[in-house]
Amino acid sequence: MDIGTFAIQLLNAVQYGLVLFLVASGLTLVFGILGVINLAHGVFYMLGAYLAWWLTVATGNFAVGILGAFAISFLVGMALESVFIRRLYGRDHLSQVLLSFGLILVVDELRQMLFGRDVQSVPLPEWLSGSLPLTDVLNYPVYRIVVSLFCLAIAVAIFLVIRRTRIGMVVRAGAENREMTRALGIPFDSVNRYVFAIGIALAALAGAVIAPISTVFPGMGDGMLILSFVVVVLGGIGSVPGAAIGALLIGLIDTFGKVFMPELAGILVYVLMAAVLIVRPTGILGKREV
Amino acid sequence: MQPLSSRTHLALLAAVVAAAMLPALVPDYYVQFAAKVLILGTLAMALNLAVGFGGLVSLCHAAFFGLAGYALVLLAPEYDAPSLLLTLPLAVAIAAAAALVIGLLSLRTRGVYFIMVTLAFGEMLFFLFHDTPFGGGSDGLFLYVKPVLSVGETILVDLDNPVTFYLAALAAAAGTWWLIRHLLSTPFGDALTAARDNERRALALGIPVIRVRLIAFVLSAALAGLAGYLSAAQFGFVAPQMLGWHLSATALVMVVLGGTRRVAGPLAGALVVTGLEEGLKYFIDDWKLVYGLIIIALVLVAPGGLQDLARLAGLGRRAGTPALNLKEANNVG
Repeated sequence: MDIGTFAIQLLNAVQYGLVLFLVASGLTLVFGILGVINLAHGVFYMLGAYLAWWLTVATGNFAVGILGAFAISFLVGMALESVFIRRLYGRDHLSQVLLSFGLILVVDELRQMLFGRDVQSVPLPEWLSGSLPLTDVLNYPVYRIVVSLFCLAIAVAIFLVIRRTRIGMVVRAGAENREMTRALGIPFDSVNRYVFAIGIALAALAGAVIAPISTVFPGMGDGMLILSFVVVVLGGIGSVPGAAIGALLIGLIDTFGKVFMPELAGILVYVLMAAVLIVRPTGILGKREV
Repeated sequence: MQPLSSRTHLALLAAVVAAAMLPALVPDYYVQFAAKVLILGTLAMALNLAVGFGGLVSLCHAAFFGLAGYALVLLAPEYDAPSLLLTLPLAVAIAAAAALVIGLLSLRTRGVYFIMVTLAFGEMLFFLFHDTPFGGGSDGLFLYVKPVLSVGETILVDLDNPVTFYLAALAAAAGTWWLIRHLLSTPFGDALTAARDNERRALALGIPVIRVRLIAFVLSAALAGLAGYLSAAQFGFVAPQMLGWHLSATALVMVVLGGTRRVAGPLAGALVVTGLEEGLKYFIDDWKLVYGLIIIALVLVAPGGLQDLARLAGLGRRAGTPALNLKEANNVG
């Protein structure tokens, strides 16, 4: 493999890993802070892509599509938390699995009623649809670089909010010890709703920004859900830095696996997960005891 | 659990004999439907050995179900009837072997990790069949001739006959019930439920928790494989969806609806869920919306399943008993 192809694959791997991080960070935050395992996370990735397609086509403005998908999903997340999810706090995992499975069926059917079941593609505005020359013969699409930078900016923002703000402090305290946080009178429960809504909205945002590159189709959330779970298992539940490491690892392994071992690429991610389970069952950055 | 009494055995025998009369009483469509319920009930009872009695919420049992189904179709000769005696043990063994590997890795984790890891490994098998051509890819494979059990030239059991097939499914469900129920009355069953209720205490008592759970997980997968084998034989068709986690989740709905602390509960859950699905599909176009809302309502209103629903309807024996009470564990299944 020459250096140009290698660079392209590396850029692809990082871009894939960053998008995966957006989805998985929402999942790991919701579990780490709310203690709820949300199987319906992937369906919002799919919904975000459909919302972006619908808004972009309706308004002719791609930015409206992305921001609208994020905003609508955030509001849906707020509503879902106050109606359904808050009843799951402290319930057993089995109930959480079943309720989120029911949510998947409902959201998926609503998507079918609103947007149909057709495969769609999102048109890019002109200024994003060009290519950058990498070497004399190889080009790299501008939009993929924009996606990487955008996701990187969001990732930095997530870290800053968690590490440097008061809200982040409450979130960290809640993840550390829920009962103690409540006992100290910290308004932790009202933060839950925002955390859930942001988690959902991040998944939808990832689906929206990926929509112009991949196709928009009904089952697109399922694969993403499984990969996000693998990311969370790799990184350690509730750990956002762990999710970043896990997502980039999967991006690299999947992309380069497809180049070097195309017939085994689909399995490599799970081999990696098995290896981490053998060495560190609670994930790379997970706490020793769960 | 109490050991199986001769009264329980008589009750089981009576139930099986009564159920065996069904083909004489109703049209073919209902016999087929009943066979489907028995097969999914077998899957759900098998799953509940892990979920309800082992405390292991597995999201990969559909993979074992589908694996055994694929095993039957791939092992079958193209134009001749596959031998039941040869293909069934092999299909079940393949499901059990997969469960041994997945179990060894997944049981290093617990709780929510276990759910995520089993989900991931199950989907790995789904994508293996979905993306590679050897299992027919996303289109699946057809089984042209149904399995038979023959001695020499005489065919004793031909699964192509709907009534024979129904009786085979009935035998599988009854056998699964008996096996799980018997297992739970042995010291092994006590060790399994003890590890579920308090892992630390079980470890302190010297119970090899991981090994006990692994055995239960593999056995539960083998029984799920039995159900998958029969399902492939019933429809003469396998597709990757058979291994997908949506089926695992549907089986979990059956388990919760039927009650996790009863061996036969999931069978009742399978009847309700399958009937509900057929009914909704028939009457409503957007049936999944209603189906999803019913599942959500079930979790929020009646987490104990049918027992809670009966209590809500005023039919309960004991008002206000929490459905997932530990005392239930001692009840006769």
